Amino acid sequence: MIDRRSLLANGALLSGALFAPRMAWASAPTERRLVFVIQRGAADGLATLAPTGDPAYAALRGELVDIGGGIKLDGMFTLHPALAQLASRYQAGEALFVHATASPYRDRSHFDGQNVLETGGKLPYDRDDGWMNRLIGLLPNSDAKALALSPAIPTALRGPASVSSYAPTNLPEASSEFLQRVGRLYAEDPQLHGLWSEAVQTRAMASLQGDDNGRGAAAAGKLAASLMTGPEGARLVMVESNGWDTHANQRGRLANQLGGLDAMLAALRDGLGPAWADTLVIVATEFGRTAAVNGTGGTDHGTGGLALLLGGTVKGGRVLADWPGLGPSALYEGRDLRPTTPLNRVLAGALAGHFGLDPVRAASTLFPGGTGKPLEGLIRT
Amino acid sequence: MRDSSVALNRFGLGGRKGEAPPPEPRRWLLEQFTRFEPRPAAILALPDSPALVTMFREARDNQREAKREAEAGDNKPDIAPELRPYRALRDAYGEAAMVRTNLALNTPAPFVERLVHFWANHFAVSIDKLVSLGLAGAFEFEAIRPNVLGKFGDLLLAVERHPAMLLYLDQAQSIGPDSMLGQIAARRGNARGLNENLAREILELHTLGVRSGYSQDDVTELARALTGWSVGGLAQQPRLRGPGPGYWFADLIHQPGERKVLGKRYGQRGEAQGEAILRDLAVHPATARHIATKLARHFGGDEPPPSLITKLEQAFLRSGGDLPTVYRTLIEAPEPWSGPPKFRTPWDWTLATLRAVGTERLPSLINANALNQLGQPTWKPGSPAGWDDTAPSWAGPDALYRRVEVAERIAARVGPIDARTLAEQLFPGALSEPTRKALAGAESPAQALALLLASPEMMRR
Repeated sequence: MIDRRSLLANGALLSGALFAPRMAWASAPTERRLVFVIQRGAADGLATLAPTGDPAYAALRGELVDIGGGIKLDGMFTLHPALAQLASRYQAGEALFVHATASPYRDRSHFDGQNVLETGGKLPYDRDDGWMNRLIGLLPNSDAKALALSPAIPTALRGPASVSSYAPTNLPEASSEFLQRVGRLYAEDPQLHGLWSEAVQTRAMASLQGDDNGRGAAAAGKLAASLMTGPEGARLVMVESNGWDTHANQRGRLANQLGGLDAMLAALRDGLGPAWADTLVIVATEFGRTAAVNGTGGTDHGTGGLALLLGGTVKGGRVLADWPGLGPSALYEGRDLRPTTPLNRVLAGALAGHFGLDPVRAASTLFPGGTGKPLEGLIRT
Repeated sequence: MRDSSVALNRFGLGGRKGEAPPPEPRRWLLEQFTRFEPRPAAILALPDSPALVTMFREARDNQREAKREAEAGDNKPDIAPELRPYRALRDAYGEAAMVRTNLALNTPAPFVERLVHFWANHFAVSIDKLVSLGLAGAFEFEAIRPNVLGKFGDLLLAVERHPAMLLYLDQAQSIGPDSMLGQIAARRGNARGLNENLAREILELHTLGVRSGYSQDDVTELARALTGWSVGGLAQQPRLRGPGPGYWFADLIHQPGERKVLGKRYGQRGEAQGEAILRDLAVHPATARHIATKLARHFGGDEPPPSLITKLEQAFLRSGGDLPTVYRTLIEAPEPWSGPPKFRTPWDWTLATLRAVGTERLPSLINANALNQLGQPTWKPGSPAGWDDTAPSWAGPDALYRRVEVAERIAARVGPIDARTLAEQLFPGALSEPTRKALAGAESPAQALALLLASPEMMRR
């Protein structure tokens, strides 16, 4: 580790024509930070933030109604008991839930739903780049560093702007002499050259960040925070969270998942320290799940779901929902929570407010699939 | 010369140390159809799916018991008691993953082995469910391998009836509300019912493909038709335990009545109904298109040439889904031989690397650990869609860095190999000047080998 750090410090790898200038780690003029957490697999919003005040809820959910110790947020909604630390953020006015929300996608395929959520397009696969990548281009200095906490770049971060990725490993370090030769071998390869440059720089940065190997949910939050602090820290980070597809035996599995999310978010906040005041965290999933419990103690793919805005800039302590109700005639196609708030209106409004962007321009760039008017008043000014 | 490199790397699993490149690449590929061994001795020595279902049941029962004891007693055990019983299944997984790798390292039919991996990924089960942990290997060995050179319809039926798939996608517990048991349960106020997970993935992933025109009603109707496709040997209730561990059609949970899928009526009774629907889906034009597109992407590049898709699609339709006919069309088409390179997945790269240095056997833990670190643990794609087959999912900065680290480790571990000779043998007529120069200028034989394993040629196929 020391080896590579000194190697970078004395410029051996960064000198000469080997590395393009865009690879320099820039300190963005914005102090604002964004963390986008994607819950892959369609997290159940109706269990995460249960509409316990809806008269139809208990009957639809049957065996899944398990809100012992749940935290009542208001007359309608009860937060899952596994989200205790998030509840205290809510009470501190830093967490805003948006319920009965959805992207423009209306079918029930995970992979298509995630594609629409990440690209910001109107239809699956109608564009190749992601809204987080396009956001980089909107920021005052386009060198704002973006990073994915995964071995590869997820769709939301793909696009023309340069981004990096990092995931912890327990492989032993390779020798610096060998790494330099690999760098030279890749110099003329357009694809490998860029990837290699990014990797070397991100590794160097991570090696400065202490001993945490990023395993486990809290460690992932801590790692994300460590990669976002300091003048060279990333400003935009995407965290991938898997395992939300609960077709069977949902109760225990979802409690575990939510417990992990809670720990990750808390560790992120602690790790960011004072920078939390400039941070917006968005947690979203591709769609919701069926309103009724299915035949196997789980729920199937649905439509309307839940999103969360969290952080020091969020005007929180409330649930935003034009609640459609869960009565039989209120359900979307007779089975799902009906989406009433377009998720893209929420995201466009929050991102514009957080980064001080013109809301209309932000909306049309980030979500060319259409948003309607970006929602105002989500961020403290 | 260059065609030999394409045959070895793109169609095959990479060249093996000490083996001359095939002089007649197309013939070499076609002859593999007769050389492929579906059930070699190493597989027959492993526990089969009935044995694994039994192991799972025992583990589950032991877990419940251990949990009860732990709750009753005061002393804290050193490891979570509820996880201890699953060790045997973890070991079975490690064994099966090792057999899979060793078969791929030594096979006389690397093209067909690649196709086995392709279909196992097309019909993916993922070990992040405990029940899939032991069964994932048996799924590939029992449902995929024996059918990889048969009809797509037979492959499909073998897959959808395998306990691994039935349990992974929750089908085994799906109960027709109007079935005998569904009615009894409802009278007792204990309604269990339909789970449409498998039915949706059959339409979306296994056959027609997403956005190919089926509706939510088609999903629900297929789910109803498939009720009863279950796994015996697991349930507590004697009535639901069936004749023994393994696939079992349980008539007492089958939803009676006629079904309508994609506009066609199916009046069959019992198991025959689901089978008739699957037979139709297997030869549906949308299925032909979907399979052709995936094969073309795997062999013809991330953006598959439309001309290649059309050829494969027509071969599929013309032959009623006869897979060797489709593969033959693939080999005879010019597109895969001249197409842009594919970025190797971690699995592909690991196999190519180990074959290059002549590894014949690998301890299971090393295999599992390396593939974990490289981002593609065996049989763990994390979703029924399987692993993605395009570069953006694999060509990440950190992913590349890890491969380079692993390359150095592997090169340090094997004996002396002249990387310059090996390189010409692995990539006949296709070695780039920068790689040749890097190998010639390396400071040691081990470093030259590490550079070869990390070279741009090695990263792609």
